[in-house]
Order: sequence, then structure tokens, then C-alpha cells
Amino acid sequence: MSRHDIQVHINGRTQHATVEGRLTLSDFLRGVAGCTGVHVGCEHGVCGACTVIVDGAAVRSCLMLAVQADGTRITTVEGLADADGTLHPVQQALRDEYGLQCGFCTPGIVMTLAALTAGATRPEPAQVMNALSGHICRCTGYQGIRRAALRLCGIAPSSPEQAHG
Amino acid sequence: MPVLASGRVTYVGDPVAMVVAQDRYIAEDAAGLIVVDYDEEDPVVTIDDAKTGPLVHPDTDSNVCAATGNEDGDEELEATLAAAPHLVTLAFEHQRISQSPMETRGVVVAPQGNGELTIYLSCQGPQLNARWFAEALGLPRTAIRVIAKDVGGSFGLKGQPWREEVAVVLAAMHLRRPLKWIEDRLENLTAANQAREQQIRVRAAFDHDGRLLASHAEYHLNNGAWPQGADSNIAVMMFLWGAHKLPKFDFYSRGWFTNTVGLAAYRGPWAIESLAREVLLDRAARQIGIDPIEIRRRNLIRRTDLPWTTPMGLELTDISPAECLDVLVSKIDVAAFRAEQAKAREQGRYLGLGVATYIEPTAGSTGVAVLMSESAHIRVEPTGMITAVVSTHSQGHGTQTTMAQVIADRLGVPYEHVSVYEDDSSRGGYGSGAYGSRQAVAGGGACIRAAELLLERIKRAAAHILGARTEDIELREGMLHVLGDRPQTVSLRDLADIAYGDPDRMPDGEAGLEVQYRYRPPPITMTSAAHACIVEVDAQTGFVQIKRWVTSEDCGVLINPAVVEGQIAGGLAQAIGSVLLEEVSFDARGNPTAATYKDYLLPTIFDVPDFEYHHDASMPSQAEGGFRGVGEGGCIVGPPTLVNAIADALIPFGEIALELPLTPARLLAHIEGRREIAERAKPAEASTPPPADQSAGAAAEPARNEATPSAPQEPVVSAAAATIDGDWTFVLSTPMGPQAFNGRLSTDGDRLTGVFIMNMDEAHFTGTVDGNHLKWDLKVTKPMSITLKYEATVDGDTLTGKCKMGIFGSAKLSGKRVSSAASAQGRG
Repeated sequence: MSRHDIQVHINGRTQHATVEGRLTLSDFLRGVAGCTGVHVGCEHGVCGACTVIVDGAAVRSCLMLAVQADGTRITTVEGLADADGTLHPVQQALRDEYGLQCGFCTPGIVMTLAALTAGATRPEPAQVMNALSGHICRCTGYQGIRRAALRLCGIAPSSPEQAHG
Repeated sequence: MPVLASGRVTYVGDPVAMVVAQDRYIAEDAAGLIVVDYDEEDPVVTIDDAKTGPLVHPDTDSNVCAATGNEDGDEELEATLAAAPHLVTLAFEHQRISQSPMETRGVVVAPQGNGELTIYLSCQGPQLNARWFAEALGLPRTAIRVIAKDVGGSFGLKGQPWREEVAVVLAAMHLRRPLKWIEDRLENLTAANQAREQQIRVRAAFDHDGRLLASHAEYHLNNGAWPQGADSNIAVMMFLWGAHKLPKFDFYSRGWFTNTVGLAAYRGPWAIESLAREVLLDRAARQIGIDPIEIRRRNLIRRTDLPWTTPMGLELTDISPAECLDVLVSKIDVAAFRAEQAKAREQGRYLGLGVATYIEPTAGSTGVAVLMSESAHIRVEPTGMITAVVSTHSQGHGTQTTMAQVIADRLGVPYEHVSVYEDDSSRGGYGSGAYGSRQAVAGGGACIRAAELLLERIKRAAAHILGARTEDIELREGMLHVLGDRPQTVSLRDLADIAYGDPDRMPDGEAGLEVQYRYRPPPITMTSAAHACIVEVDAQTGFVQIKRWVTSEDCGVLINPAVVEGQIAGGLAQAIGSVLLEEVSFDARGNPTAATYKDYLLPTIFDVPDFEYHHDASMPSQAEGGFRGVGEGGCIVGPPTLVNAIADALIPFGEIALELPLTPARLLAHIEGRREIAERAKPAEASTPPPADQSAGAAAEPARNEATPSAPQEPVVSAAAATIDGDWTFVLSTPMGPQAFNGRLSTDGDRLTGVFIMNMDEAHFTGTVDGNHLKWDLKVTKPMSITLKYEATVDGDTLTGKCKMGIFGSAKLSGKRVSSAASAQGRG
């Protein structure tokens, strides 16, 4: 089995490792780098739970090999909140809007939304919904996730009174 | 059931070997080197295969694994059905569903010390799982610590440890080292237990006004090879017409073994009753020519009709589906919708409105031995903070939040001061966790009672120390206030300091401030709801778009509306999945053909609309706190709501066939096959009933259960030949699975006396003897009052017979004589 020396910047620190060619990025992040917030839900690129940000783009870490990440900068959900615990705006929006139940799919959704909202301009709702359609949540029926996403697009969610109309 | 198959496998996915390795990659390499030679037999895959095919388990005498209901048919009922002005028949199959929690099954086990185990388990409740492990391994429950922190969903799958988890625990004990197993998605979709594969055929007779006269249901459930409890699902029959004024009902249910992965629970395991009933009611309304909302109003039991006992013996005292429907109808402008629908049809657009109601038994505390009570242990820590150890468990249910709210409210302390622990079996608090929509009611009730007892103790201690009267003490925001002329305050922290550090100052010198309470809720707490949804079906693509979904529920007192609505929404998303997308499928040889999420389709954000919630019909329940369970409801009432909307949209093309899931391809085939009907129906007659050729069983079909002559009697041999008296062991095949017990029979001429002994409980009976033929009645009160009618024939040292259980049908009884030596020993 081929072995490769790689160097990856993960959440602001540098990780050196020797990995087998077949090691997936998700297994590398969880097992070698200790980022267990990377959740592995299907390992065939459908559920989106393992999404991380690689050089600014949201990527399914189960579909990428660790060797392919050599030299990249990776952010996982562990790298989003401030050191004092202040949540990233995406995390805060999901928390405020009850955007999770069991929380297993949440890190992937957080990373997709964080990648989309990282730029100077707010993303369009259609773009965000398209991206979120690549994430499976089995618990919430997407109600709070959609509200949080719309809020991040600058669209205030309807007040509870309206929702209960 | 073997932990790993040995010599014979019963389904594709049956575990045959396990590999222990340093990491998963090496383990998969090693697993790839294992070659198994299989001699293939003809597999029994479907329910129909099971009825006629070879035995799934050669040591059984049939593929029926569980049976309830009346085999012989009911002539009077058949006559009523045949004579009724309207007979509506609905028969369909429900596809198999994978619970598909986003986190698969998983376990980490570490043997500790002398025969102890620490087990990290993805499960529905650490307490009950610790009990199952203890029983399976023959260890004391205290020696097994099950820890289940954040669990990534379950939905019925992880109620008990199954073969893989047990295999990993056994291997760890054998190797004396920690082991980990995490299921991958391929394994989850092929080897984890599944649910819902069923056949149902319901016949219902109505009078000219659409009022129910009688109904019969036949039901079959695929249990796979090794179900997590063999089941013919009596709840389907209990709740099929559980909220309706139906005079007569009879049924016939069978659970079947097949060569497929076994049955486990899935959110609302009996949900097919609502789907069948509500779809049938819509068809009946179209056939009779009345409005679908009106047919429900005419048949639903209203609050003013209560109490009501259904033909199934269900005693209703507290249901409100009709009232939920009233609220629902007030939130949707049906007339405006019908006008919009008619106009849209003129433009070739197909809108539909679906309505459904249901009742759901939640937080049961009768009938299922492991679901009786929940416990709460609440302590004021020396710091004045509150910790509670409860037997609830969250896999996203938010029980740590809701239990903390309940405790904070009842005690009078800030919510932030309460910490709830529910994820470690070693912390105490035996209970079942997330089962049967029970946690708010049963766990919440335990928290209320424990908090009230603790508050009483706090007040007595404060009164004693402050020289005040107990009734003058109030706890608000964590401060104790003495009311009256000389107000004073003391913090809970200061009181706790004394309680733990200086107990001589406490009343009676009793140290500490803590209380434990085990709450048993009422036998059943009913939740009711009515839902409506509006869809548009694209006639060019067969694609269903859900445009609006309105819910009206009676969830009793809401602890936390966001949590309640989250449960409703989650259940509805799963309902949408089961109607439109999800299907576990097999080829003819029993090979799974939906082994990835590219084949097993789950709802995405585009498939699930925003839901509207209305709680106007809510009434406090009779349980402590007035709560009702809400965990499963969306998954039960959601499917018929959506199916009815699609059927309504496509009625210009005739009645849709209920082939689940209703994929675009299936709907398109329906539309394209009947386009000429739509053309004929188009001008202005948008809301007319369906054409006559789609009468959905309008003609009375011959009854399936044709009346047969009474069962042939065993030949009677002389009394002298049959020695009946003595000790026996019996096995009764009940709806809950086989039950074994001991007993004693003695005869005196034609008089029989006997006793059944089970769980240190004795049931005595008397009956008659005719040769070697015995008859006796036994009255039982649990789970409901019923007279069991036994008949049996003794042949040497064996006894065969049956037990008629009223509406629950008959169960097989078998007995073996206990040899006198063994029985003497047994009694010693």
C-alpha cells in the first residue's frame, strides 16, 4: 500500500502525517487529526454530513482522499467558533431557529452555509437552498434549517405569530 | 437466534463472521479474504412467498410468526357488509422502510475490572439497553454501564442491542480488550432491521348518509427472518377505527417469517391503520357523493360523545380528533380552494386537498412489560444548583431541555440552575428511554412528582431553620421567601449548605435535599390531530409539489412549543418520504437493491414544505402535568394527508392505485393511461365523483373468510386412556409472541380444576372434562378485561388446544407433561 507524507493546515494549525493512499479525508480528519465533528453518514457523497471547507470550498470529505488535501487549508466545524466560545453566525442562526434535533447532520450543514456566507456579498436564497438540498436531515424536516438559511441571506424569518396564523 | 449465523443463513445480510483489526481499512481487507460457499435454496422474500413457500426456519411448523384475529369469519358481520347501501374496499401494500438514522448503529465496549463492561452505545435509552445486555450475558445490570451521549437519531431502530452489537461485546469479553464497531451505510441499509412491509385489505360498509355500519380488516406483516419481537401488530386493529362510531368490526392479522432482514420498530409502527382508514374514507366520500370533511364529521367520536368503548374494547375518555378537525377547517378556506382547483383544472393544472385525522396512544403503561414507569431523582447540590437524573433519553427529542423546564417550573428555580442527566445507565433511574411517544408524559410526570416532593422537603427545612410556618415559605428564582409580617429570604444555596454540612439544624436531623420518584402514567394518554395539505401534481412529469401543510393537534399542555413542533415536523418529513420516495427493495432472490442513498431516497429540503401549527384544540390530558406524547404522530397522520391530496388532485384521471411510494413514474403512468377520462371530465365538472369504472370495490367481493363448518374435533378417546391430572408446562402463542408458563390440572369426574403459574402469579380456573377433551374459561384483567376461552385435548404426555381471546382471535396452546421426578425437583 502506497504511503504519502502530507501536510495540511487544519483549523489554523499544521498537521503532518504519513497516510496510505486510500485513506479518505473524512477518516483522516476524524482518526488522525481528531476532528470528530466531521460526521460520516453515508460515505458515498449523498448525505453531506462530512462536509468541510477545503481552500474556501465546501467539500464532502468522504469523497476526497487525504493525499489530495496535501498542502490545503481545511476548516472543520471545530474551527468556526471564536476561542472564547462565541458561535459563528451560521451556528448562532441554527441555534436560534431550532435548526437541529439529533445534531448528526448539523456540522455538514454548518460548513456548507459557512462557505456560502464567507464572501462579501450575501448569497441568494435559491443558491443556498440548492446547496442545502445536498444535505440529508432525518430529524427536523428542515424547518429550522430553512429559517436559519433565509436569515443568513438577510431575509427575516416569519414571526411565530405569522407562522401560527 | 444465533449472534452469528452458523451452518445456515436466513437472509442476505445475515452476519456470518466478524473481523477484529487495528483499523477499519485492515478489517475490510481481511473481510474481503473470507470466502463463504453458500448452497442456495429458494428464498421466501415477500409476504405472498411466505404464505405458500418453504419454511424460513425449518424447526417451526409454519411461516406464521404471530397471529391475531378471527380465522373463521363472522357470518353476521359479512351479512351486514353484503347488505349495506355502500361497501368500500381498499387493499394495498406498504413498502418496506429503512429507519435510516443519520448516525448508523455503533458500539464501543471496554471490559473493566472483574467482569464489568462499559458500553458506549448508539441507542434509544441506556437503561433498557443495559437491561437487555445484562439478560443476554447473564451479568448483573449494575455490572454493565451503558453510556449513550449524543445519539444521531434512532426512530425505532436502536431500541435494543442487536446481533452486531452483542457480537462486539462478546468479542471484547473474549479478547479482554476494548473494541469498537461502527456500522457503515451499506450495512445499515442491508443488515440493520427494517420496518413497515405490510399488506392490508379493509372493507367498510356505510349507510346512505355515509355513516359507518361495519368493517372488516385483513392484515399481513413481513417480520423478516429474525424480528425484534415477532408481531402481527394488534395496534393496527385497535386504532383502525379507534376514534369512529363503528358498530361492528372484525379482523384477521398474521405476521410472517421471510428470508429478509428482520422487523424493528419505526415511528408509529401501526401507522398503516391511519393510512388505510383515511384513504378509504375519501374513496367512500367520492363513492357516496358527500364531502370528505363531512364524512369524517359524521363518523368521528366527539368529546361530547365520551366515554365510548369501541368494538375492540378500547375505552375512550379523552380524544379530540373531531375538535382538531374543526380548528383545521377554520384555518383553510375549503370553498376558495375548490374554486381555485376548478379553475386550475381548466388550465391543465392539477391541485388537490387532502385531509386526515387520527388518534395516537402515547406513554402507555400497560401491556408491555418494559414500558410501565419512568423515574426522576432530583437533588439540590451543596452549591444550590439542581441536578436531575431521569430515565428519559434524547436522540434529538430535547428531553434534557424539557425535563429541566418542568423541574425549574415546579421548584421555582431558574432554568439555568437545572442540569439533567439521562445518558448513563450507572447514574440510576431505570426506565425505557424513547419508546412509544412517552417521554413528556411519563418522564415529565416523574419530574413533576419528584420536584413537588423535593419542594415540600425544601420548604419544611427552610421553615424549621427560619422558625416560620411551612405554608409561608415560597421558592422563587432560587430564593426562599418567608411571607407574612416579617419577610425574610434565604438562598437555596445557603439552605443546601446547612442540609449537607450541618444536618443537625435540619428537621429530624435528616441530611441532604434530594428526592426520587417513579411515576406510572395512566394506562394510555391519547393525542389527537387533524392535518390538511394542498399539492399540485404536474401532469407532464408526475412530480408532486406540496404547496401548503396545516396541522391542528391536541398535544395537551405544551412544555416547549419548539420541541413539540419539531417532533411534528420531523414525523411529517418521514411521512413525505414514505409516500413519495423511500423504498427498501429486493430482487426475486432476496438481494437488496437499495443499498445506498442513491437508491434509497430520503426527503431533502426541497421535498418538505413549511408546516403551520395550530394548538387551539389542545386540552390538558389526565396525566400529571396534562401533557400528551407527540413523538410519532406526524409519521402516522402525514401519509394519508398527502395521499388524499394527491388522489384529489388526480381524480380527473380516475382513482389512483395506492402503490407506494407514489413516484413520478407511477403517477405519470396513471395520468397517461387515463388522459381521455380527464378530457371527458374537464368542462366545469371538476369536483364530481370518479367515473364508475373506478368504483374501487363497490361491488361486494366474496368474503375472504368464507364460513367453514366448525373445526373438526379431535377423536374422543375413553376417559381412562387420558390421564390428565398432574403438572404441565404450557406455551401459548399470543399476539406478543409465545409465552411459556407452568400449570397443574386435576379432574374429578367431568369437572376440571387447574392453575396457571407465571411470574409468581397464579391464575385458577375450573372447567369441564369430556373424555380427553377439556374446556375452561379464564378471566384476566390485564392488559384489558377479557374472558379467555380454552379448549384442549390431552394425548398421552402432550396437550394441544387453543385459547379464544375475544376480539383478539385465537391463540395456539401446547402443553407437555412434567415428569413426576422433575416436578418433584422443581417444587423442591
